[in-house]
Amino acid sequence: MFEVVRLSKHFGGVTAVNEVSFSVNEGEIFSIMGPNGAGKTTVLNLVSRFYDVDEGTIQFAGEDITHAPPHEIARRGIARTFQNIELFERETVLQNLLIAQYIHRKTNIFSDLLFLPRVRRQEAQSRRFLEDIIDLLQLQRYREQQIHSLPFGVRKLVELARALCLKPKLLLLDEPSSGLNPEETEDLSFWIEDINKELGVTILMVEHDMNLIGQVSNRVLVLASGQPIALGTPVEVKDHPDVISAYLGT
Amino acid sequence: MRFVLKTDYHRDSGLFRDRVQFSWYAALFIFVLCLPIVSGTYVESQLTTVFMWSIAGAGLMILVGYTGLISLGHAAFLSVGAYTHAIMLDLGVPMFVSIPLAMVLCSALGVVVSIAALRMTGIYLAIATLAFAMIVEKIVKNWSAVTGGNAGFKVAPPELFGWELDSTAYYYFCLLVLTVVMLCVSNLLRAPTGRAFIAVRDSEISAQAMGINLLKTKALAFAVSAALTGLAGTLLGYQWHYLFPDSFSMLTSIQLLMLVIIGGLGSMSGVVFGAIFITLLPDGIATVREWLPDSIGNLPGLEPLTFGFLLILVLIFEPLGINGRWQKMRLFFSQFPLYRNKTLKRQKSFLRTERVH
Amino acid sequence: MDTFFQLLLSGIAQGCVYGLVAIGFVLIYKATEMVNFAQGDIMMLGAFITITLINHLNWNYFLAVVTVIGAMGLFGLTLERVLLRRMIGESPFAVLMATIGLGFVLRSVAGMIWGHDSQSILTPYTNIPPLRFGEVVFPVADVVVVGATVVLCGLTFLFFRYTRFGVAMQATSQNQLAASYVGISVKRVVGVSWALAAAFAAIAGILLLPLKSAYPHVGLVLGIKAFAAAIVGGFGSLPGAMIGGLAIGLVEIFTKYWIDDIVQFSVSETSVYILLLLMLIVRPSGIFTSMQRKKV
Ligand SMILES: Nc1ncnc2c1ncn2[C@@H]1O[C@H](COP(=O)(O)OP(=O)(O)OP(=O)(O)O)[C@@H](O)[C@H]1O
Ligand SMILES: [Mg+2]
Repeated sequence: MFEVVRLSKHFGGVTAVNEVSFSVNEGEIFSIMGPNGAGKTTVLNLVSRFYDVDEGTIQFAGEDITHAPPHEIARRGIARTFQNIELFERETVLQNLLIAQYIHRKTNIFSDLLFLPRVRRQEAQSRRFLEDIIDLLQLQRYREQQIHSLPFGVRKLVELARALCLKPKLLLLDEPSSGLNPEETEDLSFWIEDINKELGVTILMVEHDMNLIGQVSNRVLVLASGQPIALGTPVEVKDHPDVISAYLGT
Repeated sequence: MRFVLKTDYHRDSGLFRDRVQFSWYAALFIFVLCLPIVSGTYVESQLTTVFMWSIAGAGLMILVGYTGLISLGHAAFLSVGAYTHAIMLDLGVPMFVSIPLAMVLCSALGVVVSIAALRMTGIYLAIATLAFAMIVEKIVKNWSAVTGGNAGFKVAPPELFGWELDSTAYYYFCLLVLTVVMLCVSNLLRAPTGRAFIAVRDSEISAQAMGINLLKTKALAFAVSAALTGLAGTLLGYQWHYLFPDSFSMLTSIQLLMLVIIGGLGSMSGVVFGAIFITLLPDGIATVREWLPDSIGNLPGLEPLTFGFLLILVLIFEPLGINGRWQKMRLFFSQFPLYRNKTLKRQKSFLRTERVH
Repeated sequence: MDTFFQLLLSGIAQGCVYGLVAIGFVLIYKATEMVNFAQGDIMMLGAFITITLINHLNWNYFLAVVTVIGAMGLFGLTLERVLLRRMIGESPFAVLMATIGLGFVLRSVAGMIWGHDSQSILTPYTNIPPLRFGEVVFPVADVVVVGATVVLCGLTFLFFRYTRFGVAMQATSQNQLAASYVGISVKRVVGVSWALAAAFAAIAGILLLPLKSAYPHVGLVLGIKAFAAAIVGGFGSLPGAMIGGLAIGLVEIFTKYWIDDIVQFSVSETSVYILLLLMLIVRPSGIFTSMQRKKV
C-alpha cells in the first residue's frame, strides 16, 4: 500500500538519503533502524512532505504523493509523531486531540462564527470519538492538563493519541521509545500491537531499540549514512554482517 | 476550591465554564446596560470608546494572540474601514450597508497582505505590515481628492433607518456590536477554525502534520482580523466626527498592539482589560498631573512616557498582561491556603526563536 | 546632468546616515538575535546631547563629538545591562515590543528636556563654501558625511579583521555555544555589540545634524528607513547594511526629483516602503540569512 522508490535527499554537500527503496504492505509493522545521522528522520520528513524530494517517488494507496503539499498528507491517511515531540504546549490534552479532528470537519468559518447546531453536534461527536482513543492509551487522568505540565512519557503518548485521532491508515512513528524507561517501552510495544491489530493501522516506525523492533515488527530496513544496507525480518537483519559493521563503525 | 463536573460532551464546548461564570457575565452585561441611566455623559462616552477599542483589539488579538502573527500595521485597516465607511455615507449609502461593505473591503485587503506575506513569519511579517501601513497612510494623505488629505474628512452622524442616534443610543449601538463580535469570536475559537489558528500559533510543523493548510489559515486569520479592525474603524469615525490621516499613524498601530499585550495575549477578556486601560490612561495621567509639582506636571509627553514604561514593565514582569495577573489572583483566592507560587509557572511566550544553531 | 551629480551626492550622504544606523541593527541582531527598534531614537539622543554640549556649554566641536560617542557607547552598554539582559529567552516579538516601548520613553524624555522645536548646530565646516566642479556644486556637509563614513567603515573592517575582540565577536555571532566553549565571554560580546551599535547611532546623529535638524521624533521614521536598509542589505552583514543604506538614500532622492513631478503624487514618501515590501516578498526566507526553518 505504501512504496518509496529510489528516494534521495541532499542537504548542501550531505547526502542524507541515498536511493532508498522499500514498500510497506497493508497491515504490516515495518521498522527502519540505523546509527545516528543515518537519515531515518529525513525519510519520514520526506514522506510528510516537510522536505522536498530531490529524486525518487513516494506512492501511497495507489496514488503518487511525491509532490503533494504537506497539509494534504494527513487527509490522505498518513499520520505521524515526531522525534522531539511537537505538541501544542500551552493547550490541554483534550485540545491537542481535538485539533486532529480538523481534517474531518464538515463545517466552515461561517457556521463556526455562529456556532450553528451542526457545529455543536460535530463537536460532541468529536469528543465522543476522542474518548475511545483516550481509553485505548489510558490517558483519562490527563484530559484537562496542559502539555507542559506532563511528564515526558505521557507527552509521547499524547502525541501518539493525537496521530491516532486523525484516523490514519498509515502511522509514521519517529523513535517512539526514545526517552522512555523499560516499563514504559514494554507498554508501548503492546500499544503498538493493539493499534496495528485492533485499529488496523499500518505502521512505519523508526526505532533504535532492537528488542522493541524484534517484538513488534514484521520487517526491518537498516540505513547507514543514507544508504540501505539490509532488509529482512528482525532476526535476519540482526546478524547481517553489514549491519554489525555499520553499528561498530568499521 | 471549585470543581467543575462534566456530565456530557457539550459541556466542553460551552461558551461558559459553568453557571457561576455565566452569572458573572450576565451581571456585568446588565450593569453596562443600566449604566447610562445613572452615569453622566462623560462616563458614557468613555465606555463607548472602550467598546470600540475592544472591537479593534479583538481583531488584533485573533491575529497576534491566537494565530501568532504579528502586525505592526493594523492602523491601516482601521483607516481603510473608517474612510471607506465615511466616503460611502457621503455618497448617501446607509450605514447598515456601508459598514458591512467596509468590513468586506478590509478583509479582502487583509487577504492580500497575507498572500504577499506568504512565507514570512515573526519579525519579517511585523515589518512587512508596518511597510504596508506606511504606504496606506501616505496614500490617504496624498490622495486628497478622495480622502480630503490633511484637511480631514467629515463623517456624517450615525443614522439608522432615518433615526439619528444620540450619544446614549450610540452607546447601546456600540455595546450591541461589541457583544455580537465577542460572541462570534468566542464561537470561532471553540470551533475547528479557531483551533486551527491556535495550532498555527503553537507549532506550524505540527499544524501541517494535522492537515492544516498554513497559507489558507493565515489568510483567514488576517481576513477576520482585518474585518473586525475595519469595523472598529467605522465606529471610531462616528465618534471622532472628522477623519485625519494622522489619526491612523504607526503610533496608532503600536497603541493597538500595546492594548493586546497589556491586556494579555491569548485571551478575549484581555482585550477588554487592554481597551479599558488605554482609554483610561490619559485621564489617569491628567489626574496625576494635578498632584505633581507644576514643573513636572506641565511637561508634555507624560503620556507616551508612561505608555513606554508600562509596556516594558509588563513585558518583563507579566508577559500575560492584566488578564494573566487577574487569573493568578482568582486562583490565589479560590485555592486560598493551598496556592503555591509555581501553580502558574511562567511559560515562555508565543513565538519561539527562528534560528537553529 | 549637474543636478544628477548633486542628487547623487546628497542621496549618498543621506544613505550613509541610514547605513550607520542600520549597522547598529545588524550588530545587535548578530550578537543577540534581537531587533532593536529604538536604534533611531538612540541616534536622536546622540544628536541632542551634541547640541547641548556645543550650543549651550560652548564645547569645542571635536571634543564634543568624542565625548558624545563615548557617552552613547556607555549608554548602549547600560541599556543592555538593565533592560535587554532580562529579556534573554523571551520571544523576538517581546523584545521588539520592549524596544518599541524604549523608543517611546526616549522620545518623550527628549521632548521634556529639549522641547519639540527643531535644533541644529554650527560645525567647523558650516561656513566653508561648497566645492565646485564646473557647474556641479557639492555642499561640504555632504562631503564630510561621506568622508567620515568611509573612514569609519575602514576602521570597523580593521577591528573585525585584526583585533582579538573583533574576531571573538564574529565567532560569537556564528555560534554562541561554541564561542563560549573556547573561552569567549558571550556576555561581554553582547554588551560591546550594544555599545558599538549605540556609538554608531550617535555618529549618525552627529553627522545628520548639519543636513537636517534634530527634533524628538526624528529617529522614528529614520529608524524605520534604516531598518529597511538593513533588510535590503541582507540583515546579516555590515557591508550589506551600508550598501542597503545607500540604496535607500538614492531611491528616496531620485524618486522625489524624477517621479513625483511627473505623476503629481508624492511617490517618494512611499518608495522606501515599497522597496522594503518588495524585498520581503521576493526573498522571504533568505533575508535574515542566519534564520532557517526549524528542524524536526
Ligand atoms: N534540515 C536539515 N538541514 C541540513 N542537514 C540536515 C537537515 N536534516 C537532516 N540533515 C542531515 O541529514 C543527515 C541525516 O539526518 P537524520 O535526522 O535523518 O538522521 P537520523 O537517522 O534521524 O538520526 P538520529 O538517530 O540522530 O535521529 C544528518 O547528517 C543531518 O545532519
Ligand atoms: Mg532522527
